[in-house]
Amino acid sequence: MGRRLLAIMRKEVIHIRRDPRTLAVMFLIPLIQMFLLGYAATLDVKQLKTAVLDLDRSRASRELVETYKASNYFNPVYFVSSEEELARLIDSGKARAGMIIPAGYSSSLARGEKASVYFIIDGSDPNVANTAFSASQSIAQSFSLKLLPLKSPPIVEAIPRVWYNPQMRSSNFMIPGLIGLIMGLITTILTALAIVREKEQGTIEQLMVTPIRPFELLTGKIAPYVVIAFLELGEVLLVGHFWFKVPIRGSIPLLLALSFVFLFATLGIGLFISSVANTQREAMFLAFFIILPSIFLSGFIFPLEAMPKVLQLLSYVVPLRYYMTIVRGIIVKGVGVGALWEHIIPLALLGMAIFTGATLRIRKRLE
Amino acid sequence: MMEQELAIETRELTKVFGRVKAVEGLNLRVYRGEIFGLVGPDGAGKTTTLRILASVMAPSSGVAFVGGYNVVTQAEEVKKSVGYMPQHFALYGDLTVVENLDFFADLFEVPEGVRAERIKRLLRFARLEDFRNRRASQLSGGMQKKLALACALIHNPQILLLDEPTTGVDPISRREFWDLITELHLQKTTIVVSTCYMDEAERFSRVGFMHQGKLLACSEPSKLKEIVPSGVIEVIPSDVRKAKEILRAAQGVMGIQTYGELIHVFVEDAEGREGGIKEELEKGGVAVRHIKVVRPRLEDAFAFILSQRGG
Repeated sequence: MGRRLLAIMRKEVIHIRRDPRTLAVMFLIPLIQMFLLGYAATLDVKQLKTAVLDLDRSRASRELVETYKASNYFNPVYFVSSEEELARLIDSGKARAGMIIPAGYSSSLARGEKASVYFIIDGSDPNVANTAFSASQSIAQSFSLKLLPLKSPPIVEAIPRVWYNPQMRSSNFMIPGLIGLIMGLITTILTALAIVREKEQGTIEQLMVTPIRPFELLTGKIAPYVVIAFLELGEVLLVGHFWFKVPIRGSIPLLLALSFVFLFATLGIGLFISSVANTQREAMFLAFFIILPSIFLSGFIFPLEAMPKVLQLLSYVVPLRYYMTIVRGIIVKGVGVGALWEHIIPLALLGMAIFTGATLRIRKRLE
Repeated sequence: MMEQELAIETRELTKVFGRVKAVEGLNLRVYRGEIFGLVGPDGAGKTTTLRILASVMAPSSGVAFVGGYNVVTQAEEVKKSVGYMPQHFALYGDLTVVENLDFFADLFEVPEGVRAERIKRLLRFARLEDFRNRRASQLSGGMQKKLALACALIHNPQILLLDEPTTGVDPISRREFWDLITELHLQKTTIVVSTCYMDEAERFSRVGFMHQGKLLACSEPSKLKEIVPSGVIEVIPSDVRKAKEILRAAQGVMGIQTYGELIHVFVEDAEGREGGIKEELEKGGVAVRHIKVVRPRLEDAFAFILSQRGG
């Protein structure tokens, strides 16, 4: 039995080796994704182009503008002299925010009265708007504290503090999430394709007349791709840590062990696809049909809490959902098994159910 | 006379796909050392029969024994004693000739001691020694078939099942392939071959003629030809279509079979009718380029069997 299993594995490794382009693509996908997510798709707000209408034209008002500029959130590039002009800049998208300092700003300050500054924020991208909105407030807050250090502070004061990711860098959040995505994507697609390819080429018929058992065939075909999946996990961890400076706070062995649990679910989905599809093209379509919704329902980009109840319920059967929480928990928060139980158990159960179901189904097909 | 040993036996073998009976009540006996031909048009049920015999597919009803083993309950043993070459034998194109052989040797657990020797022998047998390190996808169609045959022989099976092995192969490679099969036959391997090329049927020890899932006739080629009770007149007319019309209507014609330009006419008394047939064709405005009384071919026998059933 060991010999037949080894023969299948050896053959699969030859297939992979003889197709170096596919192998390169497999390792390029995580890199490209990381660079896209790390740089382009960042949700951080930086250097928002801002139009300033300074009606006060005083030293104090210029100081305020400088403070906003120094914050790195806002970049005052346009200085306008009328509200119409400011509105036009925002309408055309040349400016994403407008800042209006009313006349009398400096005199109000001098009198120790409350001085207001108005902000107009382009809300067409809610993520950006949200950050800009709170940034505009907090900058004003700290600025006023600087101005009035000795005045009696407000009795009730809310001091927000951000845990785990104090700079709120989205790459610290996205790159660990990417591990979940890559592990799910690569193993599902590669497993499905590897088995469907035998069907498409007709070689499966030849395998069926040999004494090989379905267990040997499936294990032998899957094993090399499990190795590749773990190599890619390492790739994302290394590049994420050393290039994108994502801190890894938790235990890597724990991460690997739980990734293995997750693999049962993704390999199961891959096997299931291969029992349905007859051509590699069909398998690809099916894989995307299953994977795309599960990405959205995993909390990879959009927080699950903000979704409608139905979708939240649906997300409970998405294995990636649990794995995503686990990966981010280990890497970003540095938590251990104790804090992750409620995610590990459903992941393991789901993985076992999918894997067993798919194996039974495909065995019936093969026999 | 000693009774011949059975290699394959089926009893009332039936396979149903939905509403279609691919194989119906098949009773087949193949003796050891025979080269048995399953002949019939596409869709006759040849592939299904072979797949059941190879234990790849379970029958709907009936039983089949291959090498003495039941194909359903003793599939493992059947697989070990049978070499099966499917119609669309697909090798791993990105593996070399030797790697393909190695792979199947491992799957069949060919003992390490004999493995190298056997692979060498099969390479020589298939005349692929010079191509051992070439990838299978870069072999010609004929060479791919030979490699496929070598892979099917890797575990030294006593029984070889070949599903249309020469379909889509050029004539020279076809002859080469038959030479290999003959060699195996001489080594006492039992061989079952399906083919839709009737001219190949002459090579078989016995022929089973399948049509719509049923075995209509099963005998030695020479005996099958005797089924045609009448003589056969071979005609090459100037206009095949018109000639067929005239011949169908002609008196005493029991059936006709066309081979391209050639028409075979089945009549009671070939010598006596030869002149009459020629006359009738010419009267109908069809020139007769060639007319001759010939011995029936196997195809004539099959055509006759079918025409009897239809009529």
